[in-house]
Amino acid sequence: MPAGLAHLRSQIEQALRGRVTAPFDYHDRSAAENVSTGIDELDLLAGGFPRGALTEVFGPGSSGRATLFISALSVRTASGEEFALIDAGDSFDLASAQAAGADLSKLLWIRCRRIDQALRATDLILQGGGFGFVCVDLGGVSREVAHKIPLDTWFRFRRAVENTRTVLLALEQEANAKTCASLVLKLAPGRIHWSSVRENENGRIQSGGMLEQPFARLFDGVDVRAEVVRSRVKPVTRLEFRGNHLQAEMNGVKAQEATFRASSAWKLSRDRLELQK
Amino acid sequence: MCAHAEWKNCAVALLDGTPPLLSVAAMNELAERMGIQMGMSESQARQFSGVEVERRSRDREEAAHDALLEMSWSVSPRVEDTATDTITLDLAGLNSVFGAPGKIGKLLMRRAAALTLKVHVGISENVETAIHAAKGFAGVTVIPGGTEASALASLPVSVLLPSEKIAESLERWGVRKCAELAALPVGELSERLGEEGVRLHELARGARSRSLMLAERKMDFTEQLDLDDDVEELEPLAFLLGRLLDQLCARLRACALAASVIHLQFELGDAFEKEPVGPIGIPVSEAPKTYEKVLRLPVPTRDSKLLLNLLRLQLQGEPPQASIRKIALSAEAARRRAAQQKFFEPYSVDAEKLELTMARLENLAGKPNVGAPQILDTHRPGAIGMERFSALKGETKSRRRAASATGAAEISTVRTALALRVFRPEWMARVEMREEFPARIYFRGLRGEIAAASGPWRSSGDWWREDVWRQDEWDVEIHFQAEIFRGEERHPEINDGVYRIYYDYARQNWYVRGRYD
Repeated sequence: MPAGLAHLRSQIEQALRGRVTAPFDYHDRSAAENVSTGIDELDLLAGGFPRGALTEVFGPGSSGRATLFISALSVRTASGEEFALIDAGDSFDLASAQAAGADLSKLLWIRCRRIDQALRATDLILQGGGFGFVCVDLGGVSREVAHKIPLDTWFRFRRAVENTRTVLLALEQEANAKTCASLVLKLAPGRIHWSSVRENENGRIQSGGMLEQPFARLFDGVDVRAEVVRSRVKPVTRLEFRGNHLQAEMNGVKAQEATFRASSAWKLSRDRLELQK
Repeated sequence: MCAHAEWKNCAVALLDGTPPLLSVAAMNELAERMGIQMGMSESQARQFSGVEVERRSRDREEAAHDALLEMSWSVSPRVEDTATDTITLDLAGLNSVFGAPGKIGKLLMRRAAALTLKVHVGISENVETAIHAAKGFAGVTVIPGGTEASALASLPVSVLLPSEKIAESLERWGVRKCAELAALPVGELSERLGEEGVRLHELARGARSRSLMLAERKMDFTEQLDLDDDVEELEPLAFLLGRLLDQLCARLRACALAASVIHLQFELGDAFEKEPVGPIGIPVSEAPKTYEKVLRLPVPTRDSKLLLNLLRLQLQGEPPQASIRKIALSAEAARRRAAQQKFFEPYSVDAEKLELTMARLENLAGKPNVGAPQILDTHRPGAIGMERFSALKGETKSRRRAASATGAAEISTVRTALALRVFRPEWMARVEMREEFPARIYFRGLRGEIAAASGPWRSSGDWWREDVWRQDEWDVEIHFQAEIFRGEERHPEINDGVYRIYYDYARQNWYVRGRYD
């Protein structure tokens, strides 16, 4: 390094002393830790939720946003972290969370009636700090209203979690945070699965009462398509998976989409029973 | 007087007596230098510009004395409550804990200064000599054993507190210093002044001693403030509360304790004229004369700023409906929580910070809307309980679980559980049935064809209550066709998908509970 440049560098370091530590050192943001989403297919596709960053998950109604949130809730609370949910539409279902195995004593639920309340509550939670996972659910807020959230609000949220171990997740109908989000996932509803109750395990038709009705069905669950719109998260290197509908990294080709199945309560119970057998 | 932090650099005179016959009962050095004298009337004292003239507050004096006692107990367990302005400590055996007597004296001064009290310390093997040294000399005075007489020699006889008659006799004889009194022959002094003369002679020589009458410790942490003028606004009230909390926390700190519960009580004056009726419809004439608040803390703390913020938030939420005349603050003391964060434990919320955040959130969204959700012991759909969220609750269970989880919580799930997004309140709907199955649904201005349905899932309960419930629930896959109602706003969330609907037998109607999302 030329002597003049070295001198200039030392002068700048001297001027910034006490305010900026090592101003010329490269800080790799992508080195942040990721946490599991609770859904194997999404973990493989997106690498999990990054800590110290904003993750945006958007999609229309029935696209699996609440399912993704509940999965993350059960995984994070089981690992002992405190979880905060800012519920802008007051639409959180306790029974779903309980069925997914979430520890509700670790969840701080803030039921809001207006979007300004929700944004202010998010500010308070992020400033207070210490929560491992903070979710802002704007899924029930109309596109027009969510679109009016100023970009500097998202920027403030991003800065508030930067250099912390908090995962900030926003659920919306459309992506609004632009480049403030480190990971943007788009969800879309897929096929809806129904099973006929008229067929028993051996494929024979059962008879009697309701079972003879032509419309009688049992709701099994829905498929959810996930797409990575933008990601600053480090790429997936793991190849093993347990999911049924995985289309992620295979044969060395990195996919941008994955599909996972979200099962209804009765289907989950039946699967558990089968596992026990 | 010293306990008033803002009077530290002011000339202050305190008035005592029954109005209108108020006279100066105490003053500080600055006021004395400016010409204020004991016994001056209020009007005379008020003629001195630059002198703060205030009414004497016995509550504050008691509080200051209690604070001084607490501070003394923080140094020695053997303390005598000698007089209103004097406290005596037994320092025997404390050298190994705090160091030399001089160091202990400085420590006492520092701790008193933290309570905004200015004290003088005298240390001697003789109790009476120590008291006289503290009264006569400024700062810390250490008198080694055997030198009591010479140490007290320069002090005026008045520090020995002679009776008025004897003080007059001594003045007439020209005996003004302790050395002069000590030099008098005891026998002749006894003949002229009696037993008290002999006692004073011994005191002047530092030859009279006694045992300490130990005070019993009261664990009462209360601070009170009588206000000269009623306070009506939050800002000046917060300033006064801050001062009281500072003192309360300093007293708790002196005892190595912290507050687990804070009781706040206001004595109220006249109700605000703008409010003809109270907040819950009570007429002004029947409005309560006191206002009480209890602040329960999940973790004992003695951070006065944190406590002040919490009290402010509570007062903002439910302000008193009348002006405030008297403030009383008391703390329930508890041992502080000692916890050390470990390397491999999950990221956790600081309990003290959380308390402040919770109070702010409750102010913003309303208390019933903030907390940890609880599933109630009932099958009634939509029954929700809310309990206060605490970072300490379920700590052990979660920590144990965390210990068993590895890395980024690789907890395997067989399948992903589908979640319901609930509509609160539920949406009213009209349903057309075909062969006892829902076939078409109308709600929120839309008509939907039901492609598949699962149900009915029948539930009922609470038949012994007025609000008995009985419902048939269905999971239905709806494909919306076209807008049919006019004037009804279409909800942004409505689109094709699987919904949960139910027929309510009590209300004889269909409702949409939520949508799988």
